Amino acid sequence: MSLIRLQNITRRYQMGTETIHALREVTATIERGEYVAIMGPSGSGKSTLMNVVGCLDTPTSGTYELNGVQVGGMDDNELADVRNREIGFVFQTFNLLPRASALRNVELPLIYSGMPSAERHEKALEALTQVGLADRVHHKPNEMSGGQRQRVAVARALVTNPSILLADEPTGNLDSRTGDEILALFHTLWSRGNTMIVVTHEEEVARHARRILRIRDGLIASDERIGGPHEVHV
Amino acid sequence: MKFTSEIREGLVIAFDAIRANKLRSILTTLGLVIGVVTVTLMGTAIEGLNAAFLRSISGLGADVLHVDRFAWFTHSRQEWLKGQNRPNLTLSQVREVERQMTLARAVAPYVEIRAPMFYKNRRSSNVAVIGTTEQFLFTGSASIAQGRFLSAEEVKGARPVCVLGVKVVTNLFLNDSPLGSKVRVGDAIFEVIGTLAPQGSFLGAFSLDNQVIIPVQQLVARFWDEPSCQIQVKARSPADLDETKEELRGVLRKIRRVPAADEDDFAINQQETLISTFHRIAGTIAAVGLFITGLSLFVGGIGIMNIMFVSVAERTREIGIRKAIGARRRTILLQFLIEAAGICFLGGLLGVLLAWPLTWLLQKVLPATLSLPAVAIALTVSLITGVVSGFLPAWRAARLNPVDALRNE
Repeated sequence: MSLIRLQNITRRYQMGTETIHALREVTATIERGEYVAIMGPSGSGKSTLMNVVGCLDTPTSGTYELNGVQVGGMDDNELADVRNREIGFVFQTFNLLPRASALRNVELPLIYSGMPSAERHEKALEALTQVGLADRVHHKPNEMSGGQRQRVAVARALVTNPSILLADEPTGNLDSRTGDEILALFHTLWSRGNTMIVVTHEEEVARHARRILRIRDGLIASDERIGGPHEVHV
Repeated sequence: MKFTSEIREGLVIAFDAIRANKLRSILTTLGLVIGVVTVTLMGTAIEGLNAAFLRSISGLGADVLHVDRFAWFTHSRQEWLKGQNRPNLTLSQVREVERQMTLARAVAPYVEIRAPMFYKNRRSSNVAVIGTTEQFLFTGSASIAQGRFLSAEEVKGARPVCVLGVKVVTNLFLNDSPLGSKVRVGDAIFEVIGTLAPQGSFLGAFSLDNQVIIPVQQLVARFWDEPSCQIQVKARSPADLDETKEELRGVLRKIRRVPAADEDDFAINQQETLISTFHRIAGTIAAVGLFITGLSLFVGGIGIMNIMFVSVAERTREIGIRKAIGARRRTILLQFLIEAAGICFLGGLLGVLLAWPLTWLLQKVLPATLSLPAVAIALTVSLITGVVSGFLPAWRAARLNPVDALRNE
């Protein structure tokens, strides 16, 4: 059973009198344990695809099956639960809560899943240790570097043990060295069995993946699989 | 996510947000603080007025009927004129009432004039000189402090004796005991046989202690030969009050020869009519007063709503983040409701803290106390204001689309 099954996904927006076809009949499957890059120029529909895959947005038509569950007809609250359980987001702008410590930011998804506080404390510490921030747990985002912030975001994405880690231009706001660190971290997480989906417009970033889906004008233009693990330099 | 942990989480977030925007929270809540202060003070003042009134009229006695030519409350000038034109209640009528009533425990005439009083070189002006009988001890509220009250013999014999109110005593006698002294009322000399315990004042306006009680025949002989009396009739028991009133009415109509078809040419007043009239007036004042002060609370609520809209708008991104990682609508709704309610509760608390010393000032005029129920009501009202005015902004936040919210800069 595929982790993600997209069938004939279309997404239209109404912009004034104009209808924008962000996605036209996209069909794709992604298996558990894959490392996929979704590429495309701006306006290609890759962000819309990411939103649909991340259950932030619902398609106008088509079916989306995530981990064996039809996501199509779900309401706002059910989608929130699916996001909480199945998906870990990493955003370009980190999207941490500015007034909360790293620990509290990482605990947040566990709070929403209703985990008792002692247990979620432990899990959050574990996730922060995994991303190498065990000594920064009580720092607030504005007391950390960009790379550290993105690590906190990765820890927050990891902490619920989701089916997918979904990253949207994760290195877009980082210099190339810290960007590489984050990508190395992704590689480590992937090699431990996590499913990674990275949305990017940079070839550099996409090259770390094992599969590249190229989107153009709302359609999948190409779907290529690249090299084995030995070819990826970390 | 469990409801209790949602509440706890909401409280943490709300406290955080309030702390992060201290000045704004204070300014926001100011309108509500003022609202709570005015409403609380208004409520306290009304309560105080009630208490003051009830205390004042308790002297009238719950089981005493007061017969007069006109009712205590006249609703028009005509009614008042009609009352003025009725024949006086005379002392012989009082005696007839006393003779014929079967349900009365005590019947006393009450005639009042004003006169100055003198003792040696001291003077007390405008003293209420009350002519009555020994029965007045039962129908009135006065109690004896020193000596004794008028005896039946002294009343029958119209002896020149008197009982002094406490204010007259302090005015005329300084520290000496007045018992046995001779005082002058107008031009007449009276011997002091007793003094009354303090009775306070009526609605804070005029003192009930600035009085002297003398046998009614002395008053007739010395001051007013055809007095207009009131009659005080005390029922055997409070339960018999209505029956007593009916009997009294029948007796009076017979004595005063009122034709069967005519209406009474007298009025029987009682404490209860005074209380119910007062409650009607006080109720209106309370309703209007609370409504007007309630408007300030309403304005405060609008302020809260306004600032909560701002708060939601500037935290759109935060809402997007929270929704992206799994916050349900209810969670977001609760978060902002709790924040609004929290601000309002703090405002209410502040309002009560301000109202407390202000009621002390109020106490100089009225027996007002900031009661625990009033505090509880003020805090509850603040909470409700917060929830009501926070609902619309919170609802808007809860319904935000996560994609749009995340895109918000």
